[in-house]
Amino acid sequence: MIPAALKYVEADSATAAIAALSEYGDEAKLLAGGHSLIPLMRFRLAVPAVLVDISRLDGLSDITDAGDHIAVGALAKHAEVESSSLLQSEAPLLAHVASKVGDPSVRHRGTLGGSLAHGDPASDLPAAVLALGGSIVVQGPDGERVIDAAEFFTGFLETAISETEIITEVRIPKSGSAGWSFQKFNRRAQDWAIVGVAAVLGASPKVSLINMGLTPLRAGAVESALAGGGSAAEAASVAAEGTSAPSDLNGDAEYRDHLARVLVERALDEASS
Amino acid sequence: MDQLTHRGIFVQIDMTVNGRACSADVEDRTLLVHYLRDHLELTGTNVGCDTSSCGACTVHIGGQSVKSCTVLAAQVRGADVTTIEGMATDGELHPMQEAFRQCHGLQCGYCTPGMVMAATSLLSENANPTEAEVREGLEGNLCRCTGYQNIVKSVLSVGGQS
Ligand SMILES: Cc1cc2nc3c(=O)[nH]c(=O)nc-3n(C[C@H](O)[C@H](O)[C@H](O)COP(=O)(O)OP(=O)(O)OC[C@H]3O[C@@H](n4cnc5c(N)ncnc54)[C@H](O)[C@@H]3O)c2cc1C
Ligand code: FES
Ligand code: FES
Repeated sequence: MIPAALKYVEADSATAAIAALSEYGDEAKLLAGGHSLIPLMRFRLAVPAVLVDISRLDGLSDITDAGDHIAVGALAKHAEVESSSLLQSEAPLLAHVASKVGDPSVRHRGTLGGSLAHGDPASDLPAAVLALGGSIVVQGPDGERVIDAAEFFTGFLETAISETEIITEVRIPKSGSAGWSFQKFNRRAQDWAIVGVAAVLGASPKVSLINMGLTPLRAGAVESALAGGGSAAEAASVAAEGTSAPSDLNGDAEYRDHLARVLVERALDEASS
Repeated sequence: MDQLTHRGIFVQIDMTVNGRACSADVEDRTLLVHYLRDHLELTGTNVGCDTSSCGACTVHIGGQSVKSCTVLAAQVRGADVTTIEGMATDGELHPMQEAFRQCHGLQCGYCTPGMVMAATSLLSENANPTEAEVREGLEGNLCRCTGYQNIVKSVLSVGGQS
């Protein structure tokens, strides 16, 4: 289908985008890669009256070394994250996960900031940012704030960003020599994860789950078990605790709970090998 | 950045398509695929789904494969766009088109323009892919007819490792 009638405006800087969002209020939506928003608009599940295009603005897609972390511009495309040699060496999980998103054409357009802002519990990149202990820099009319990824996802497709804020950067702590793993379980090429797991075994091991609740989430029970000295098998056995997996055509909640336990064990084994 | 010009409810779109400068006024909500098909009458770019999954609409923007059903025409003002109609030169098929012909890489042909655009983009990023890399690289393009075997063979015959 064709999106409903709308007004297209363009922002040539983050400040201009914030001004446009403030002017048009809740009628407006930011447009980055468009690979979550345009499909929703074609189904008329999203009907923004105004689109504020940020996809063409300069300077928000660099990937740079910022000392203890890598600063990834919000508009960095999945393909750029995937092929960044800096990320491949300093936070390899993120580059690897980006390479598993959708297909090459999707990765040529979709952005890291857009994926986080969309906050889909079935999406891959939020899980990577959670497992790496990343944080999200947002800019708004009152200036800048930095939100810990663990506090960012607040509800189904809802995040801690307000309507007049824009994500400008994602900070990814360097994961050094920490072991990591990404497990994405699906049945057909290109599909979204039925369940997925990202793990980074740094000083305090972090494990996140895809499609196990209303938001991208950290596997709290697994992390506590590991912190308490539990084995991979012991930690994996509690993977579904505290989660609320959905039931859909791909599988019911019980099946997803099972997948979470299996995939967490595989992830922990791979990350520590 | 290209100037954004509105006339009433229309937005002015200037871009280069298949090497030719094109200009039109379209509604803001116009998707690139509809601009190409309905305004420029480049109907080689197909629409096969409503969910951004099939890849029949694949074109190149700045040489990279993109699903033209999931981009607004207004977003790519000023861009260099190539469609399947722009692949042949002076009546000679592009090597990838020729390979699909030689290897019988199509049956009904509906997915073919998108397959050719995705495959050429893939080879521009990885000139010598393995069979597995070709299969993965084409995962955003669905073919209902051929079972992919001859499509993969076509691509490998142009740039692959076997
Ligand atoms: C066929 C297909 C397959 C896919 N498969 C996968 C997959 O396997 N795994 C996966 O994780 N994802 C998948 N995706 C989604 C893809 O990764 C999207 O690109 C991504 O989720 C959204 O990024 P975007 O830049 O396209 O955002 P957009 O669609 O432009 O925007 C999404 C939302 O975020 C907001 N937004 C965008 N940028 C910002 C910003 N800087 N600050 C604040 N708000 C912002 C927008 O207003 C909108 O609400 C798939 C998409 C398609 C079409
Ligand atoms: S028509 Fe664009 S992906 Fe199917
Ligand atoms: S040849 Fe018929 S869909 Fe591919």
